Amino acid sequence: MGLLDRLAPRQKEPGHGPAPSSSENPVFATKALRKFLTTLTSQESPTLLDLGPVVGSNVSFFGEQLGCKILVEDIFSDIDRHIRSGRIDDLPAFLTKRFSQADASVDGILCWDVIDYLDKVSAHALAEQMTRLLRADGALLAFFGTAQAKDMRYTKYVVVDEVNLKHRRYAAARGRQAILLNRDIIRLFSGLRVSESFLLQNNLREILFRKPAYDVR
Amino acid sequence: MNIGKSVVIKGELNGSEDLTIEGHVEGTIQLRDHVLTIGLNGRIKAQVFAKAVIVLGEVTGNVTASDKVDIRDGGSVDGDIISPRVAIAEGAHFRGSVDMQRKGAAPAPPQSVGKLAAPPEKPTVGVQQPQPVRA
Repeated sequence: MGLLDRLAPRQKEPGHGPAPSSSENPVFATKALRKFLTTLTSQESPTLLDLGPVVGSNVSFFGEQLGCKILVEDIFSDIDRHIRSGRIDDLPAFLTKRFSQADASVDGILCWDVIDYLDKVSAHALAEQMTRLLRADGALLAFFGTAQAKDMRYTKYVVVDEVNLKHRRYAAARGRQAILLNRDIIRLFSGLRVSESFLLQNNLREILFRKPAYDVR
Repeated sequence: MNIGKSVVIKGELNGSEDLTIEGHVEGTIQLRDHVLTIGLNGRIKAQVFAKAVIVLGEVTGNVTASDKVDIRDGGSVDGDIISPRVAIAEGAHFRGSVDMQRKGAAPAPPQSVGKLAAPPEKPTVGVQQPQPVRA
C-alpha cells in the first residue's frame, strides 16, 4: 500500500478535506510535507520524532494512517519553562542531555520552526542532537521565518492533509530570536544535507534535510 | 466503582469492572477488559493496563490499552502509550511516545511508493505562492 492509498480513507471521510481557513487558524499549502511523508513511509513502522506540542489530529494522522511510532518532545514548552524559571542560560546544556534515544534511532523528525526561537548556542545543541538521532537516509523537516515577527507566539502546525497545514498560534514566553540565512541554516545542520527548499509567500522557508549515509562534516 | 479524592493506594490494583480514580495511586493498575477513568482530581504514578483509559487528571507512567486511550482537555500523560486508538484533545498535555500498533494494514514497502519516490539528494529550490485555503 502506497502513501496515497494510506491517506485516501482520510480524504474520503466527511470533514477531513482541507479545513476552512480562518484568520486565527489559517491554512497554508506546504510543499515539503509530502516529500517528508514519502521519505518517512518508505520505512516499515517508522519512528517519528515531533519537537512541537502534541496535536491530537497529528497523532492520528501519523500513528493511525501512516503506522508511525510517534515520540512527542515539546521543545517549545522547554523554552517557556526555562524562561519562566529564569534559567534560560541552562537551555543549551539541557538540550544536549534532553534526548535519551539511541543514535540513529529515528526515521523522521518534525522540527517545525523551533530553531527560530532558540539562541545560537541552544540551536547548535539541538541540531547536533537531531543529527545524532536521525538514521542514515532519514529526513528532518524544518521551517524558518524570513521576516522578523514581533508577536510573542508559537505556532502549532496541524496537518490537514499531505499538502496543507493549519497554523494555530498560541502564546509564547518569547518571540523569534533571529532570522537565519541559508548559509547559517546549512552550517547549523552540517551533518545533514539539504534535499529540498521552498520559500513560501507567508515568509516561511521549508527545508527538508536528509541524513547522508556517510558523515558529510 | 470509584476511588475517592482522599484515597491513596500504593501497590497493585486489579479489577474486573470499570473504575474511576479521583485519588492517588502508585504502582500498577490492571483492568484488562474494562474502562479506567482518571478523574479530574486523579493523580496516578503507575503502569496502566486496561481496555480503555480516559484521562482527565494526571498520569505519570506507561499506559497500555487494548482499545483506546483518550486524553481529555486538561488531562496529562507523561509516559508511553500503546493503543490502537489514541485521542488527544486540544488543551491536553502529553509527553512520551505513541505506538498505535497498526493491525491489518501492511506498511508500504519501499518499491510501492511509486510516483512518490524519495526526494532527490541534490538540493532544489522552489518558490511557492501559498494562499490561505478556502473551503
